[in-house]
Amino acid sequence: MSPSRTTATALRVLEQLRRDPRTLALLLVVPLLLLWLLELVFDQQPATFDRIGPALLALFPFVVMFLVTSVTTLRERTSGTLERLLSMPLGRLDLLVGYLVAFGLVAVVQAALASALMLGLLGLDVAGPAWLLVLVAVVDAVLGCALGLFVSAFARTEFQAVQFMPAIVLPQFLLCGLLVPRDQMGAVLEAISWVLPLSYAVDAMQRITVEADVSARTVVDVVVVAGAIGLSVVLGAATLRRRTA
Amino acid sequence: MSAPTPAPAAVEIDRLHVVRGGRAVLADLSLRIPAGRVVGLLGPSGCGKSTLLRSIVGVQVVEGGTIRVLGHAAGSPALRTRVAYATQAASVYDDLGVRANLRYFAAVLGAPPGDVARVLAEVDLTDHSEQAVGRLSGGQRSRVSLAVALLGRPELLVLDEPTVGLDPVLRTDLWELFHRLARDGRTLLVSSHVMDEATRCDELVLMREGAVIAHETPDGLLARTGAADTEGAFLALVRDGEPVRA
Repeated sequence: MSPSRTTATALRVLEQLRRDPRTLALLLVVPLLLLWLLELVFDQQPATFDRIGPALLALFPFVVMFLVTSVTTLRERTSGTLERLLSMPLGRLDLLVGYLVAFGLVAVVQAALASALMLGLLGLDVAGPAWLLVLVAVVDAVLGCALGLFVSAFARTEFQAVQFMPAIVLPQFLLCGLLVPRDQMGAVLEAISWVLPLSYAVDAMQRITVEADVSARTVVDVVVVAGAIGLSVVLGAATLRRRTA
Repeated sequence: MSAPTPAPAAVEIDRLHVVRGGRAVLADLSLRIPAGRVVGLLGPSGCGKSTLLRSIVGVQVVEGGTIRVLGHAAGSPALRTRVAYATQAASVYDDLGVRANLRYFAAVLGAPPGDVARVLAEVDLTDHSEQAVGRLSGGQRSRVSLAVALLGRPELLVLDEPTVGLDPVLRTDLWELFHRLARDGRTLLVSSHVMDEATRCDELVLMREGAVIAHETPDGLLARTGAADTEGAFLALVRDGEPVRA
């Protein structure tokens, strides 16, 4: 890996985003609107909002970043620039980490805005520290980027890439413990939920909701999600081929 | 007394075999491209030109045969700054400006500062440098893509139809640039399906249906076939049947 090539790639992706203000606005505003809608839906049940709000704060940016990242990196493939870059001295990790850094920065802004909205205007009440809530939201949004990078390696068209959203994201949502606590699911489903990274993010959020202190379990959850980010990027790099048929 | 050494080869291909979509696109193709020349790769659309170029650059999965490029196996990491490649479709970022595209590729290649301005002038796009590539005409877009291939100091430039759709004045300028690069010792392999570009090359490689049917100088080709132009020479070779091994 080369720091200068990774940085150049991250700056280039950010420049592309800057030139596309509509996408950038959607990225930042859509999760905020969804969270506001959530608050309106639970207007008469503030306790429920406090219980599930943090988990959805982890979910919405995750979904949005997953979609945007998978489609954007696929464009690199269909435009021929990926083939060109791979014939140049650009490491596969330079490319993926460059993307992750660029979209990760967007994810930081997005998750910070969403957390500020939840804790401020929408009056979300959590027992744990606010910084931890923001941290988990950021890590989860970056996880969305990393998974999006990984699956884009398997999509040949943007049409396929969009289909990966329900295929990869919705099962994680169903099994993450938000609808039914994970220990009340069937043994098989619970076992599956243990290998899905979103479960750990939602666990962490639910613990922040009720625990005033930072527990060791929460730290472990964040580390697991961070590990999933690293694994996705490494697997994504491993599936990039310099030679194609 | 030693025999005169032959010009070193930029590319040496031995019995290259490439299958795409279950069909043999290149079958047992052998070819030697000497260094320091402008070599035209001509043939009708679909004859395997682009696949041959992709194989030389090292981005094509090949079934069999060997390709040596500048003394290394095609696609070796050592070649990634020494071989430049411009695909037929402009492979640049439509949503970035011309200069931003070049700046990024220059950073990836580790090209010296000042290179971006140089290549912008070489493809005559200095006046458009801040425009988004997606807003340019087709010819201008392919010039941006060509400009990327000119960054740094590549020893072999593999250019897939770089002059398609360009105004004749600019096309003449680009061919002059190609010859200037060749005089500097660089090798250019330029494909085209327009036969009248042949006269601008030092050497011609004629392809048809995945095979090389001729490899010689433009004058030699016309003399041997007795044809008035390259198109006539191509027809004469196809009529005579037997492919001529270069």
